[in-house]
Amino acid sequence: MKDTPLSNCERDFLLKAIEEKKRLDGRQTYDYRNIKITFGTDYGCCFVDLGKTRVMAQVSCELVAPKETRPNEGILFFNIELSPMASPAFEPGRQSELSVKLNRQLERCFRNSKCIDTESLCVVSGEKVWQIRVDVHTLNHDGNLMDAASIAAITALCHFRRPDVSIQGEEITVYTPEERDPIPLSIYHMPISVSFSFFQQGTYLLVDPCEREERVMDGYVNNTDNILY
Amino acid sequence: STQTRALKYSSLRSTGLRVGQVLLPGDQFFCEAEETLSLSATARRDTAVCGPGLRRSGDRVLVCVGGLLRHKAPNVFWVQSHSKRYVPAKGECVIGIVTAKSGDVFKVDVGASELASLSYLSFEGATKRNRPNVQVGDLVYAQFLVANKDMEPELVCIDGAGRANGLGVFGSGGLMVKVSLGLVRRLLAPGSELMADLSGLFPSEMVLGLNGRVWVKSSSVQQTLILSNLLQSCETLSPDQRRALFHRVKQGTL
Repeated sequence: MKDTPLSNCERDFLLKAIEEKKRLDGRQTYDYRNIKITFGTDYGCCFVDLGKTRVMAQVSCELVAPKETRPNEGILFFNIELSPMASPAFEPGRQSELSVKLNRQLERCFRNSKCIDTESLCVVSGEKVWQIRVDVHTLNHDGNLMDAASIAAITALCHFRRPDVSIQGEEITVYTPEERDPIPLSIYHMPISVSFSFFQQGTYLLVDPCEREERVMDGYVNNTDNILY
Repeated sequence: STQTRALKYSSLRSTGLRVGQVLLPGDQFFCEAEETLSLSATARRDTAVCGPGLRRSGDRVLVCVGGLLRHKAPNVFWVQSHSKRYVPAKGECVIGIVTAKSGDVFKVDVGASELASLSYLSFEGATKRNRPNVQVGDLVYAQFLVANKDMEPELVCIDGAGRANGLGVFGSGGLMVKVSLGLVRRLLAPGSELMADLSGLFPSEMVLGLNGRVWVKSSSVQQTLILSNLLQSCETLSPDQRRALFHRVKQGTL
């Protein structure tokens, strides 16, 4: 289904308002919308509300064989799903350009920054390691999905607990949560992304664009910084 | 002349329909339908009219939308529900966005499940040589000529006599917002307090489309933004809260 097109009058009004340093919801240029984080019943389930943008992240783990090039490191897998529930512009099944861009940015944000100690995820070197999978689902798109997704992913990873394992000779025992308490992941730092949108060829700058501001922007910069934890 | 069977108003009342009752889709009421009635004769006062949300099928009245039953004297019944998704209906005036020009027809998005068509001849003073100045992305205020579930909806920007009468292209300098359908109907109701309060705040121009789209323009960007935010918040405010909020805005403390 196609999204509602943006009319010329809305575009002109938005650009004129930005020139006068006024935003649609009364925010200042560098103001963020209210962020609300809630957790689900399972470990690793987290909902983030950034204004009206809503995303959900779920972390799960599985014992798999490691990659051949890295036999004693665990595997991190990130996936962001643009659900049609979030916006009529998102179609199910088809990998849109935005979806590819968001996936790539999430991977660079978490995997390349080495925020999680992957060596601690190794159980038997060369045979069994933990694969941590982070699924981010978009529930409502009102702009700035990247920031909401990054907050949801890192919060869910901090909230997550993996089952305890013990090795006796050749045998690996995975304990259920009732037998032994599950263990949190070892996280070095928390990368959080901040998005900037540019208007009028870079003359004006806004932080945390909402959906209508994103439609009229000329350019977009995403900056990810960490907080030592 | 074609003939139809009319529902007796008295029989509708006797089936236990109470005004203000919550109705769900699938509820039905049985009524006596009297003998065939000629359409060319004058309307009888004891017939009931089924408004939005109620559909007549044979001798039963079916409820299609969930909501509260409303009644307007003498004999109009309808179901009032909270909805944002617009379904085109003949005769309603809506705000559309022109998405494409194909041949002699403009394709207009009205927020419904399909695009409506607007012929370039349906503007005041338009002829084959004198085409109207409509670009892709413009806002148009138009009326539905054809709107049913079997055909593509058609819009026109003139009334029966060929005059524009407020319809046509508009929109430079204002902001368009999306609200629920119920709020627009409340604003358009005659003697609406909401409308009186809003127009008393700043000098402004407003176009209200029954598809939930409202266009607002005031003397400055700041005032236009304030008006559009107030309009969207009016959905969830009680009359007292609304009056208190408007009072604060008038004093300039907001």
